[in-house]
Amino acid sequence: MTRVGIIGIGHGQFGRRSDATVQELAFEAYREALQDGLVDPKDIDGSVIGSVPEYHKQRSLPGVVQEYLNLNPRPTWLTEVACASGSAAIRTGWMAIRSGAHRLMAVIGCQKMTELTTPEILALMGRVGEVQWESIFGTTFPAYYALFAKSHMHEYGTTREQLLQVAVKNHYYGSKNPNALFQKEITLEKALASEPVSDPFQVYDCCANADGAACVILASEDVAKKSSKPVVWLDGMGCATSSMSVLRRPDLLGLPSAVKASQDAYEMAGVRAEDIKVAEVHDCFTIAEIMAYEDLGFCRKGKGGQFIEDKQSYIGGLIPVNVDGGLKSKGHPIGATGVSMTVEIVKQLREEAGERQVANAGIGLTHNVGGIGQYCFVQVLKRD
Amino acid sequence: MFKWFGKVNFVPYTKVSDFAGYLKDGHLMGSRCKVCGSESFPPRADCSQCLSGNFEYTEYSGRAKLVSYTQIHAAPTGFEDVAPYTIGVVDLEENGRLLAWFGDTISDTEIRIGMELQVVPRIFEELQEIRVYYSLEKPGTTWSVAESGP
Ligand SMILES: [Zn+2]
Repeated sequence: MTRVGIIGIGHGQFGRRSDATVQELAFEAYREALQDGLVDPKDIDGSVIGSVPEYHKQRSLPGVVQEYLNLNPRPTWLTEVACASGSAAIRTGWMAIRSGAHRLMAVIGCQKMTELTTPEILALMGRVGEVQWESIFGTTFPAYYALFAKSHMHEYGTTREQLLQVAVKNHYYGSKNPNALFQKEITLEKALASEPVSDPFQVYDCCANADGAACVILASEDVAKKSSKPVVWLDGMGCATSSMSVLRRPDLLGLPSAVKASQDAYEMAGVRAEDIKVAEVHDCFTIAEIMAYEDLGFCRKGKGGQFIEDKQSYIGGLIPVNVDGGLKSKGHPIGATGVSMTVEIVKQLREEAGERQVANAGIGLTHNVGGIGQYCFVQVLKRD
Repeated sequence: MFKWFGKVNFVPYTKVSDFAGYLKDGHLMGSRCKVCGSESFPPRADCSQCLSGNFEYTEYSGRAKLVSYTQIHAAPTGFEDVAPYTIGVVDLEENGRLLAWFGDTISDTEIRIGMELQVVPRIFEELQEIRVYYSLEKPGTTWSVAESGP
């Protein structure tokens, strides 16, 4: 079966984008990806759109995006698995090319969220929990992760400060990313003084809703080999699920889907956790990044708090994580996030990441979680 | 009448809709598969183990242990008027888990992971229409719904 390579990347400005429709956001990322890879749009033989439709007034989003991108009559479709919709789009593009049905595809993650109010978004996102038995008590997305945080703190002694050190790191790197929503460093003191959201979380433990889009151009091996840019290969593709309901999980200390997806991705790529040189993980909340260190095998179970305290996820540490600022400072336009992660790893592997470049980054990883781990997609990417 | 279940109900129709009627009468019910005996809380009509759709209700004691909890300050649509409120996830003594609000018998400062709790069926008395739920209370708390009767 063919290898699948990434030959073009594009990333729009994340944030409150009251200047643009969702298809206009998609276009920005698409245009940049075509220009980046010197790809002729006539050669694109289909697209996959990663997005969560509930946030948009427009029904059936792929149609309006495909038209605006001038890609008719070529095929398109939508992938939706909550916050992992972008990585699901990349996976289906990868599958389509591996199957031989396609050779060159545009994969676009795009989302407009800020047209809804925060309580509306809290209500929508809270219903990513199980609505029959849980949402009736007013659960929210932060509340679910707060349940994990409380449990992790109780079981392993993870501290409030360790949680917020994740936010401090990600804002530090976000200050070096011109596409990020927040490009300002924060201090632990400032984070500890922020408004309560869902105990133990305060505002700085939580990523922000945002609008945005990102795009990757995927190519079959024969097409990719003619690319003018260094090709980054999707060599390990893991994807797994956990129960929708938090009531049916073995514990509230990690995400079983992330453990399974990463094991599968490592096996397919023929690598181990310690081979990863740079990673993008799903830090929708501070605890989520700490659990990701553990679920991905970057450190032992329960040692995630120590991992950030020891700065092992900074550049210069064992495995630099989210050195583009993560969801925390980039903002989290849910359908775009997974594609944004892949775009950053491609930049790192091509050594185009500027002042946030990780040295000798030959193998990278993305970890994109949907909901509270109901879905997890892990990619291992390699440069030739 | 599953539409009775919850302050805001999102799924009025289900095969386990009698759950809410039992709760109104003060009974916390899970499900048991009549074919293989597999039990579940929350109840489910279709057996995850043997695929049978033939089930019966089985009463749970409500005795439980706290797995985790959080106080929600930023509330979603429909819950702003009760914020801040504290939810807990508990392991039920028999099997399974549930998520619920803490009731008046427990103050926020007393809450500890691992503490023993009693799940108590409740009716929203301030609402005209029938609305039932359950809350997490001190062990030994009486089941006010059962006592007051219909
Ligand atoms: Zn059965």
